[in-house]
Amino acid sequence: METTARKHPNYVAIWVYLAVLTAIEVGVAFISHFPKPVLMLILVGLAIWKALLVALYFMHLKFERWRLRTVFIVPLPLAVILVLAAITEKLW
Amino acid sequence: MTHAHASTADLMRPPFPAEPGAGVYSNKLGMWVFLASDVMFFTALIGTYIILRFSTDLPWAQPGAVLNVPLTAFNTFLLICSSVSMVKAYAAIADGDRERLKFWVLMTILGGATFVGIQVYEYVKLVGHGFTPNGYREGSELATLAAAEPLKYGLQTAGIYGSTFFTMTGFHGFHVTCGVVCMTWVYFKALRGGYSQQDYRGVEVIGLYWHFVDLVWIILFTIVYLI
Repeated sequence: METTARKHPNYVAIWVYLAVLTAIEVGVAFISHFPKPVLMLILVGLAIWKALLVALYFMHLKFERWRLRTVFIVPLPLAVILVLAAITEKLW
Repeated sequence: MTHAHASTADLMRPPFPAEPGAGVYSNKLGMWVFLASDVMFFTALIGTYIILRFSTDLPWAQPGAVLNVPLTAFNTFLLICSSVSMVKAYAAIADGDRERLKFWVLMTILGGATFVGIQVYEYVKLVGHGFTPNGYREGSELATLAAAEPLKYGLQTAGIYGSTFFTMTGFHGFHVTCGVVCMTWVYFKALRGGYSQQDYRGVEVIGLYWHFVDLVWIILFTIVYLI
């Protein structure tokens, strides 16, 4: 029986990357003295960064065709619209 | 047994028939469509939390005042580890190695089950200290602390905090539990000789679900525990 060894991304490197980002997140949240709005922006940015690493490398979106990526990308702006519409409700 | 090398692009071109349209087999397309709907489900939960929290001028409990952040940070790391073991399981069967598939799936099951176990432990401790879906239980340790320091513990918003916290983390825990059950099924199928380099759809599809659950937790951990 013939087996074909595929070339996989370096998953362990991504794991180290995620672990370091998690440590930075906890450090920034509890040790740093940033003003609250700045702190929130940094933490949300780090969370999106980590989520992207998972989606691109572990879920292999980086290697998928655009037709499939679109399935996952389409609800994201809808999610943002849903939250923004509700948050700004009192404005309109 | 001979070995040949294929490119990274070939990684997403498994040798089973692709469906027209999205160009992937229907199980995988179905999982992606489900995950897209799950994005909206968790958006509703997380969005509700954000709206309730930031639309009030009343103080909210400070991060770490009620919740055990170091324990949950460890749990987050554990879930990330289980995501790595899941993707290693996928890589193993994509290379045709069923023994490594079984090992990594078992590691993922253990990681997921431990995550749920720690979450249950956290719930038991929180409820024991007086943090419930209704807020701080009257006469409890947390109710006393909140009465002494209402700003730190967000005394007036404790009810909303409790209900949103247990709803979000509870639904996520339910997702993890479902993933552990499905992966146990995958594990036993692998033990019986299921999956091969020619057909590993089940491993890939449950892997997508598992990574999505990890992804959601990354967002939840930041919004609920750190901000």
